[in-house]
Amino acid sequence: MASEIELIDVTKRYPGVAAPAVDSVSMTIRAGEIVVLVGPSGCGKTTTMRMINRLIEPTSGRITIDGEDTLSLNPDRLRRGIGYAIQQAGLFPHLTVGQNVATVPGLLGWGRSRVSERVDEMLDLVGLDPAEFRDRYPRQLSGGQQQRVGVARALAADPPVLLMDEPFGAVDPITRGNLQDELMRLQAELRKTIVFVTHDFDEAVKIGDRIAVLGPQSRILQYDTPEAILANPADDTVAGFVGAGASLKQLRLRRVREVELSRAVTARVTDEPAEVGRRLVEAGREYALLLDARNRPVSWAHVRHPGQPRPVGDSVSLQSTLQDALEAMLTEGGAAVVTGARGEYVGLVEMDAVIGTVQKLRGDHAEPAS
Amino acid sequence: MTAAVAQRQRADRLRLLVQPIAVVVLVGGVLAWAFGQDLDSIERQSLNASSLVSATWDHLVISFVVTALVLVVAVPLGVVLTRRWARRAAPVFLGIATIGQASPAVGILVLFFLVSGLEGLWAAVLPIAFYTLLPVLRNTMVGLQGVDPALVDAGRGIGMSAGTVLRRIELPLAVPLILAGLRTALVHAVGVATLAVFVNGGGLGLLIDTGYKLARVPVLITGAVLAVGLALLVDWLGAVVETYLGPKGLR
Repeated sequence: MASEIELIDVTKRYPGVAAPAVDSVSMTIRAGEIVVLVGPSGCGKTTTMRMINRLIEPTSGRITIDGEDTLSLNPDRLRRGIGYAIQQAGLFPHLTVGQNVATVPGLLGWGRSRVSERVDEMLDLVGLDPAEFRDRYPRQLSGGQQQRVGVARALAADPPVLLMDEPFGAVDPITRGNLQDELMRLQAELRKTIVFVTHDFDEAVKIGDRIAVLGPQSRILQYDTPEAILANPADDTVAGFVGAGASLKQLRLRRVREVELSRAVTARVTDEPAEVGRRLVEAGREYALLLDARNRPVSWAHVRHPGQPRPVGDSVSLQSTLQDALEAMLTEGGAAVVTGARGEYVGLVEMDAVIGTVQKLRGDHAEPAS
Repeated sequence: MTAAVAQRQRADRLRLLVQPIAVVVLVGGVLAWAFGQDLDSIERQSLNASSLVSATWDHLVISFVVTALVLVVAVPLGVVLTRRWARRAAPVFLGIATIGQASPAVGILVLFFLVSGLEGLWAAVLPIAFYTLLPVLRNTMVGLQGVDPALVDAGRGIGMSAGTVLRRIELPLAVPLILAGLRTALVHAVGVATLAVFVNGGGLGLLIDTGYKLARVPVLITGAVLAVGLALLVDWLGAVVETYLGPKGLR
């Protein structure tokens, strides 16, 4: 279950400040999507998000969730229906992990056994063993574990909407990557409407279904899919924010299974080297890929000395990103071998295929010539 | 856990064990010495089991009534003064409480007696409570102000009302400091309660006063040592409560 959120001309002014903090923002956040609000510090992205659950009251404008005006609801009751996860998790240090996760179900008046069942279910969901972690206190957990508990607490009452304010901002890059992967896995399962605030554009590209690049006063500079923003930034400010290497970043959004694979000349490791050499000459190719009995790639044989094959170093799967494929090509010094689910040879990715994909993306999102 | 913290915890535990033993030895020793003296009739009037017990009891009653009064006044006041709408009034009340603590206790006690004309328990309790208000008030405020605003935000953000956040997040997190303030207040109260004798409030001050005015050293010393022992004992009780009543996740 998920809800559509709509912001209509939402403005926030603080008394004594001439310029509004958020100036007339309108946007529609589709049900079941992760929308990332990204922009420089102080651009009003957090303020915009906090107006959705009324931690900050808009000065003017309307915010609706599934068509219902949030201003017509009791703010506390509204917030119990919206998950909320913040930087450094914000776990209550005097309560156990279990009690933290149980907070919102408790506020909603769930029965004791239902709450405790739900706590275990949520801890399981975020990859923490309930038996081990339920009765621990937050300070006994690592930063990454605390963040997982924070997400579990936000999701405990199964809210259709989840607000996340730089939730992975305070953990090391490796943990951060894991938590992002985890969130994407959860989202594939739960399909919530998630509003995610970050200042890290790479994070936005990785997890967002859509990205809203915000300028000062939360002005929406561009609101589109990551592919479209990378391929065609709306203006110089967005381009600056996308940063260098937009094409390389695009490679992260594309999977090997989406490009056309080419075929190598293949042979069995048990085949006669002379025979392999003869077939290469016939095909006019330089290298042959030698496969074992179960079709798994083992080594490359060169046409001039097929008797001394070179082992295959790096291979990629159909699920790998094109970035991984490019990395494999660079280390292998040519094409990257693609393997299937059981490690069997499927095909090759070649440089031309990668270049072609990037070109096509740019073409797809280019502004129509007028 | 760092070695310094472990060492401090060991020292705390040792103190919890040693302090009551020291009190028992001290008080027992002095009582044995006093009763072992060749007491004259005046001394015997003060130094007998029933008057010692009643003086100690009066002293305890004064101290605990003071503490209860301080708790009932200072903690709610501290809560109110840390709310956003009342924050501006905080310096005024802190100022009044500071005056209470800074002025000599005897002065407050006598002034209150002169103004109110009261005598006995309440004449002692009210000014002493005023005198000991500050540590609890200030610690309540510092404890509440010390709660990470992100936790309050998280509480509100997941749907707690302001009252629920206060009750379930802010106050429990401020408990260690409030208890520390209360312990200080209680020890102050036990000390200052020796002055209750001047407004006919009884207590161990009676022994000290009698011993001093009639030049009976055993009476004076017994009264003084009992007051010291009581203060140490109360401090020890406070330490025990602090150790076992603070929020578990913070220990």
